[in-house]
Amino acid sequence: MTYKSDNISPNNFEECIKCTICTAYCPVSAVNPSYPGPKQAGPDGERYRLKKPSFYDEALKYCLNCKRCEVACPSGVRVGDIIQSARIRYAKSKPSLRDRLLADTDFVGTLSSAFAPIVNPTLRTRPVKMLMHSVLGVDSHRQFPAYSRSRFTSWYRRHKQEQEKYPRQVAYFHGCYVEYNNPALGIDFVKIMNALGFGVRLLDKERCCGVAKIANGLIDKARHDAEINIESIRRAGCPVLTTSSTCTLTMREEYPHLLGIDNSDVRESIQLAVRFIFSLVDRGEATLVFRDDIHETIAYHTPCHMSRLGWAIYPVSLLKMAPGLTLRVLPQNCCGIAGTYGFKKENYNVSQQIGQQLFDSIAEFNPDSVATDCETCKWQIEMSTPYKVENPISILARMIDFEKTRLANS
Amino acid sequence: MKYDTIIIGGGISGLVAGITLCSAGQKVGIVSSGQSALHFNSGSMELLGHDSRGNDIDDPCEAIKNLPPSHPYSKIGAATMEAMLADVKDFFARAGIRLCGDEHHNHYRITPMGAFRPAWLSLDGYAMFDRPAHLADGTILIVNIKGFIDFYPEFIRHALESTNYCEIREISHPKIERLRKSASEMRPTNISAVITGDVVKDIAADINMLIEQTGADAVIMPAVVGSLNGHPDAELRQRVNKPLHYAPTMPISVGGMHMQITLRQYFRSIGGDYFLGDTVSSAVIDDNGHVCSIFTDNLGDTPLEADDFILASGSFISHGLLATYEKICEPIFGLDIEAPENRADWCSADIYAAHQYMSAGVATDNMFHPSIQGRPVRNLFAAGSVASGCDPLQEQSGAGVAILTAMFIAREILKSYRHDI
Repeated sequence: MTYKSDNISPNNFEECIKCTICTAYCPVSAVNPSYPGPKQAGPDGERYRLKKPSFYDEALKYCLNCKRCEVACPSGVRVGDIIQSARIRYAKSKPSLRDRLLADTDFVGTLSSAFAPIVNPTLRTRPVKMLMHSVLGVDSHRQFPAYSRSRFTSWYRRHKQEQEKYPRQVAYFHGCYVEYNNPALGIDFVKIMNALGFGVRLLDKERCCGVAKIANGLIDKARHDAEINIESIRRAGCPVLTTSSTCTLTMREEYPHLLGIDNSDVRESIQLAVRFIFSLVDRGEATLVFRDDIHETIAYHTPCHMSRLGWAIYPVSLLKMAPGLTLRVLPQNCCGIAGTYGFKKENYNVSQQIGQQLFDSIAEFNPDSVATDCETCKWQIEMSTPYKVENPISILARMIDFEKTRLANS
Repeated sequence: MKYDTIIIGGGISGLVAGITLCSAGQKVGIVSSGQSALHFNSGSMELLGHDSRGNDIDDPCEAIKNLPPSHPYSKIGAATMEAMLADVKDFFARAGIRLCGDEHHNHYRITPMGAFRPAWLSLDGYAMFDRPAHLADGTILIVNIKGFIDFYPEFIRHALESTNYCEIREISHPKIERLRKSASEMRPTNISAVITGDVVKDIAADINMLIEQTGADAVIMPAVVGSLNGHPDAELRQRVNKPLHYAPTMPISVGGMHMQITLRQYFRSIGGDYFLGDTVSSAVIDDNGHVCSIFTDNLGDTPLEADDFILASGSFISHGLLATYEKICEPIFGLDIEAPENRADWCSADIYAAHQYMSAGVATDNMFHPSIQGRPVRNLFAAGSVASGCDPLQEQSGAGVAILTAMFIAREILKSYRHDI
């Protein structure tokens, strides 16, 4: 009999030693005193909630689910999971129409990209913004990401045949952002994989990873989508690569911990493209040849969920390989948006206060552009600073000499 | 991923070793499972505070010579200790941390409970006593923050009243008042986050008014003013009209947390990789007993390879050592342990007496190499509190052992590194 199996619950709240390090690193606690902080909201509150569910505190809705508490915890307590599980189990407030709209990225994305020429300019007009602010509660300061007129999967279908010729294959979980907003990122990814000698497939069925549904309390829908995704990933039978740190964390960690979906047989095959590519190069199984005519200064911002994955080393190491890049890793601070959180008018000010340290550190370094693996961090930084933000994969695609890379890997 | 040296543990010991190695040109990675015990530091560090009978030590450098050969300081040797000690303050200053103190003459720090303990170095601005209870002559004003629950002015007054007349007052500020919404979470670090900019000026004006009212000659306030982002701690001391001294609070320690952040940022700025929130899951050791690589929870099948490895994973609180029902063990490599055979001998009945588990740890040779089943591991070193040989609590030596073993090991590694080039 081991010590753990005798004493510790599955969400290990008993392992908390009450040191409050999590609260010291919580970006919400630092600016919003209505939030009780991760120690109180997580392991402390859990003891009470187990006793009586009415001890549940609605202020737990202020949690960003950034997981910085888990990264900081010296005792390995899954503080963020405890808080999110409590919200799922005990929260009484039902998701509003706004929350449902923000959460249903597939539904809104499908409509919006179909009518992109109308939707994009309309969402930018003052009357529509004010209407959304007052009626829906979507903050009028927010700029909605532009919807792309053509979807990534439409482009892919036109190039499907050439992908099948490659003897080595990977599958791509493109996510909602690449599909509806930034197909160019998906195309960059396919081009890089092709140059390295890999063909790219799509999953049989892909749904939104579910992060926005989990955050907005639409748990049954999130679980339904997650089951479809995991089943498709199982059928893919090859590495499933992503270009979004949040989709990756959700499918690897939130599926089992929050939605109760066993992904243990495929968890290791779900990974960010930057990790897969770095590992190939590190093992000497692939070569990247870089152009020598581009010189840029780039600041790398570590998204919260990238910190939780512990994977910032992969994009940073890859970008450092490019001789024309001067790269600085910014101090780790939350950008404040946390997916749909910062879009809600009640959170807008907190969201911007949280991000201020990050915005200041970017301005101090004054790079040509910012690199980050998360689309919502990109929206937040582009809205709050004058800097352009790109996914490391798109930066790599600019830095790589495709012809020479293809030759080196054939 | 290939490094010259991988360090397991990112607290003070791991960071001192990492910074020393990185500064000499090595490629270094530090794996840290969560934030370190430095967050519980009082703002002061001790080298050797008590002798074996529990008496206070005045000159730690002299007292080191009387330690048993199994003590980490004895393994380093008095001469090497003295040479390294001369560099410690400069080492921290280069990283951006100003420390005051003298390795030949301990000063005293005050604990949040109002006890006095011998100390070697204290953060600039923290209360340093030349003898117990003597900070300054005259009246001392103890200023607390209204609603702050982790500082007890009455204990401080009680500790000082044999020497000084003390007045206790409270101050507040609208920005601090806001924090009282979550009274249970009104912690030192949350307060320090709002004491910047104009708040510093306002608080200084309030304290100056209290100085006039009470006729105080010196001021003590809880260490809730930060040292990051423009040094508001120094600015406040400059604005207050009488000498202002910070006294430690209950954890989290603002000073300790800022030391951790400053050291980590410095380590990264000179090229080190710091893997925060990751845990070593396994190690690969070849037939010759050399560590080849380690694997971590987050990096999965990406190995971290290195020529040398340093285990600076801390003691029980940091999970560098584990105590099970049966035994004390080191969880990563399964290293040989020096600890009492019988569980009953781990603790004493008297809670204030020495407990043997405190000096238990990884057994090492004179170069701090640990062993596995009696066989030394030649490219692995154990630094800081994971290693056996001293009781940091009884003898007041935790920070000194962490810093000096790390410096010593880094120097050993660099000897062969330079030789290779």
